[in-house]
Amino acid sequence: MSDSEPLWEVFVRPRRGLAHTHAGSLHAPDAGMALRHARDLYTRRQEGVSIWVVPAAEITASSPDEKDSFFDPAADKIYRHPTFYELPEGVEHL
Amino acid sequence: MSELAERVAPAAPAAPELLALGDDALIAAQRLAEWVSRAPTLEEDVALANIALDQLGAARLLLATAGDEDELAYLRDDHGFRNCLLVELPPGPARGDLDFGWTMAWLLMLSAAQLLRYTDLAADGDEPAAGIGAKAVKESTYHLDHARQWTVRLGGGTEQSRRRVQEALDGLWPYSHELTEGIRDRWLALVEPVLAEAGLTRPADRWRPDGGRAGRHTEHLSYLLAEMQSLHRAHPGAQW
Repeated sequence: MSDSEPLWEVFVRPRRGLAHTHAGSLHAPDAGMALRHARDLYTRRQEGVSIWVVPAAEITASSPDEKDSFFDPAADKIYRHPTFYELPEGVEHL
Repeated sequence: MSELAERVAPAAPAAPELLALGDDALIAAQRLAEWVSRAPTLEEDVALANIALDQLGAARLLLATAGDEDELAYLRDDHGFRNCLLVELPPGPARGDLDFGWTMAWLLMLSAAQLLRYTDLAADGDEPAAGIGAKAVKESTYHLDHARQWTVRLGGGTEQSRRRVQEALDGLWPYSHELTEGIRDRWLALVEPVLAEAGLTRPADRWRPDGGRAGRHTEHLSYLLAEMQSLHRAHPGAQW
């Protein structure tokens, strides 16, 4: 049966104010069943307050072959990190 | 109730309605547990196990209002159980069958009735019954949704899936009368739209088997109890 059921990626938001994060994947015949399966598989222990399901085929992913050209150029550009600023007093969470 | 049934039935419990609901949930949980590791997909396996555990949780709360839950679950014979006949039926046209369409039609009928019973319990019952009802309403709502989703998909799926879920409905429908005694109109208002959406034929009302609420059961319950109670009877008071 799974052969005819597409793969879905599941994103769960643990609580209000946080972003949805990838929880895993599952097989389902359509979006409605995917959402319900995700509820049963990934929020059994109160892990979430909101679920997104996305067809895995709809995700465009970066290729491991392009890892060097995609990510390595950022390694030596320390001026992109805001480390040269002095923090005003009283500022938290930075 | 016949004289014989009166003699073999235990003394009337304090809350016969709660015991009946608890027995429905307990036997339904045992039936659903038969699907574990045998569902069509891994995802559905977890879904059915979740529903079984919800049923078991409700059963424990309800039985605890009527007496000692372990004694009630493990030491009564079939005549002592007050579940309706529907819940004890095997998950397929014959004993030994495991038919997914059959179980979805069964769950549709059962969860719609449970949703109504628990809603009434939450509204009218005294504590702890009202609290149990309020908790179980949310679970039954989800069970009904799960059954509705699959009934619609099987009804609108292939020729085979439609035929098999229709056969399940036809086979189980007679048992809905005992299940929905006193709430039939409200129950039909929940179930009939699902059947219409699924393109299935609402079976005609004909045969109306009953007796489960009075302790007169089908032979299927004896087999189910033999399996469910064997460990406790072999090792009384056994603990995990």
